[in-house]
Amino acid sequence: MRLPGWLGLSEALHAEWTKTRTIASTGWLLLAAIALTVAVGAAAAAATGCPSGAVCQVDPAKVSLTGIDLGQAVVAIVAVLAISNEYSTGMIRITLSAMPRRTVVLAAKAAILTGLALAAGTAAVLASVLAGRLILSGHGFTAAHGYELLSLGHGDVLRAAAGSVLYLALIALLSLGVATAVRDSAVAIGIVLGLLYLFPIVANVVGDAQWQRHLEQIGPMTAGLAIQATTGLSSLPIGPWAGLGVLAAWSAAALLAGGLVLGLRDA
Amino acid sequence: MTASTVSPYRPGQQTGRDGFAQLLRAEWTKFRTVRGWVIGLVVAVLVMLGLGLFGAGGSSSSCQSTSGGPARSDQGCFTAPPVGPGGEAVSDSFYFVRQPLSGNGSITVRVTSLTGLIPSGHGPVLRMRPGLVPWAKAGIIIKASTQPGSAYAAMMITADHGVRMQDNFTGDAAGQPGAVTAADPRWLRLTRSGDTITGYDSADGTHWTQVGTVALAGLPPTVQAGLFAASPAYQAITRSLGGGENGTIAPSQDTAVFDDVSLSGTWPAGRWTGDYIGAAYGSGIGGYRQAGGRFTVIGSGDIAPAVPGQAGGEDLTVTVFLVGTFAGLIAVIVVATMFITAEYRRGLIRTTLTASPRRGRVLAAKAIVIGSAAFVTGLAGAAAAVIFGGQLARGRVYVFPVSWLTELRMVAGTAALVAVAAVLALAVGTIVRRSAAAVAVVIVVIVLPYLLGVVSVLPAGAADWVLRITPAAAFAVQQAIPQYAQVTALYSPGGPGGYFPLAPWAGLAVLCGWTAIAVALALVLLRRRDA
Repeated sequence: MRLPGWLGLSEALHAEWTKTRTIASTGWLLLAAIALTVAVGAAAAAATGCPSGAVCQVDPAKVSLTGIDLGQAVVAIVAVLAISNEYSTGMIRITLSAMPRRTVVLAAKAAILTGLALAAGTAAVLASVLAGRLILSGHGFTAAHGYELLSLGHGDVLRAAAGSVLYLALIALLSLGVATAVRDSAVAIGIVLGLLYLFPIVANVVGDAQWQRHLEQIGPMTAGLAIQATTGLSSLPIGPWAGLGVLAAWSAAALLAGGLVLGLRDA
Repeated sequence: MTASTVSPYRPGQQTGRDGFAQLLRAEWTKFRTVRGWVIGLVVAVLVMLGLGLFGAGGSSSSCQSTSGGPARSDQGCFTAPPVGPGGEAVSDSFYFVRQPLSGNGSITVRVTSLTGLIPSGHGPVLRMRPGLVPWAKAGIIIKASTQPGSAYAAMMITADHGVRMQDNFTGDAAGQPGAVTAADPRWLRLTRSGDTITGYDSADGTHWTQVGTVALAGLPPTVQAGLFAASPAYQAITRSLGGGENGTIAPSQDTAVFDDVSLSGTWPAGRWTGDYIGAAYGSGIGGYRQAGGRFTVIGSGDIAPAVPGQAGGEDLTVTVFLVGTFAGLIAVIVVATMFITAEYRRGLIRTTLTASPRRGRVLAAKAIVIGSAAFVTGLAGAAAAVIFGGQLARGRVYVFPVSWLTELRMVAGTAALVAVAAVLALAVGTIVRRSAAAVAVVIVVIVLPYLLGVVSVLPAGAADWVLRITPAAAFAVQQAIPQYAQVTALYSPGGPGGYFPLAPWAGLAVLCGWTAIAVALALVLLRRRDA
């Protein structure tokens, strides 16, 4: 008998990868995530114009990456289904019988999802930046008007693009953690989208500037998407990398809760 | 075995058992016996209330941190604007050159010029340059008293909107267009007859056109009548794409020249008095000069409905108490989707459709059950949030007054929004049959457009369209204060007023339209596909 590798992680990874890639919906959903991200980003760029003579404060990188707002929902679906499908079909009992180390199972799922989100995110972000570059330069946001062409060679734009890819990966981990904790796919996706979308909406309504700032600092979406800003960095409620750190903390907390519940509960 | 021992199936005898009422009862039983779903709806009510209270309470701390602002001990640390005859908050500050008028009578004037000063540039030192704001106004007015907020009717010339007749802050009728110059003056006339006031305008003083006639209920026998000038605050709106819109607000003033003032009726004082009405709410700039029959009146301020956000962000509307709708909506969408997808997951759908083979009726029964449950949820959550949020905010921060009818529309409209969204979720759940995808689709189509359009990621024009055609248009039912054509303000969905491009019920109709399409598609697929 061949001994398993380190804690059986490579076998677990192999098993999870097989499960993930042989579900038809995974591929379609990831394609949809890419297509929707690019489409919304292109639409936002196309809607952005600056009347001649007016002073417009446009953040070309942020506008081009608007699609992440929608794409993250699809990534969340993929991540939620990765675990809750197992519960709905009863597969989880086979999985845990085959690999009794539950932390390893969760780690393998997290690793596979991170890889998928990074791959889909890279494709989506590159296409969005390219679309934004083409569309925005056609709308007068050119060097002649004081706007630099959107280029990954620019440090802040590269940070925004790379950060958006990481953002999607962290959203996948957050969703996996929540779905592991609550098991039901509908409830899990409701909680994830609620966590993401409610913070900016409530922050917008609350009149007090202090409260507003705090809400934007702790919200996983508002803080995480600070990574996309390339202009007006000083007026951001939270710094770009610190914001991504807040999201990472949310994801870690969700995975921890999911891991604890997975370890303590009967499947 | 003889044929007599087998009783044949006769559908005619069964009508009582498989009628629609039975179907409804079956679906209701399915719904109420799943504890998680009932808990989900209770959670929806609680988060609607909780976030509403947060919205009301989170806005009040700014009030405490402000020092040196206008203070009124009885109302906390804000100055409440006066309330007009219709119950709405108003600005009522202008310079008034007046005389009492007893009984019926009329006043006629000729206006030969309207000029003004507006702020130039930004910065702490306010410099003025010649110019007029679009709604700078001057003319003649008949007002119940000098009390701000009292009933009035006025004929006026404006900078950019021609001659207008306005009454009781919300009424606005257009007269002759065009700006006034010395070469092209305007005659204005107001006639009082009992409670009725009629306004006329003329370009030559001989040919008169009636602009409007209004009834001011409860007008006292002796009213204040005369000349006025007012100039609303100057607003420079800078649009920062991807970061919202900002308005710079600073006072402006205007100067109007009147001559040929003629009075008819009983004017017991016999001389003119000039004073600034509502100085506490305006800039207090104003004055008048009389030389022969020629009056020069300088004024500032506005006689118009007040709009949210102009008091420097320390006011809010009832809409803020309903911010929890989004959270409640997400919980209801999850429950409504599971109401159908759980049947597919457990295979119960085959039993359901065997027991009641007419699939359209099954979907209808489910829609009625989940729609009603969601309506009650939305009603309870919205009513509780509006009532308790109002109590929490009262005295700490200024809440724009709205009529009980408006409040009822907002609460009932929110309940309808939640109910229709639940039916949409049911329909999408029937179409895709998978919980995660269905829940995500419904949340994304309702909440994400709101986020993009209102929380200012998109430029104003695009945001307008997003809030017209997507299901998020339904949040127009939560708009508290209407948009007034006669007030220049930042009417954006993300601003303090929460202005939507569509009228409240029209916005809800957009959501209903999308839901109808989804239900129709669900019906077709439910009939066509194997369960």
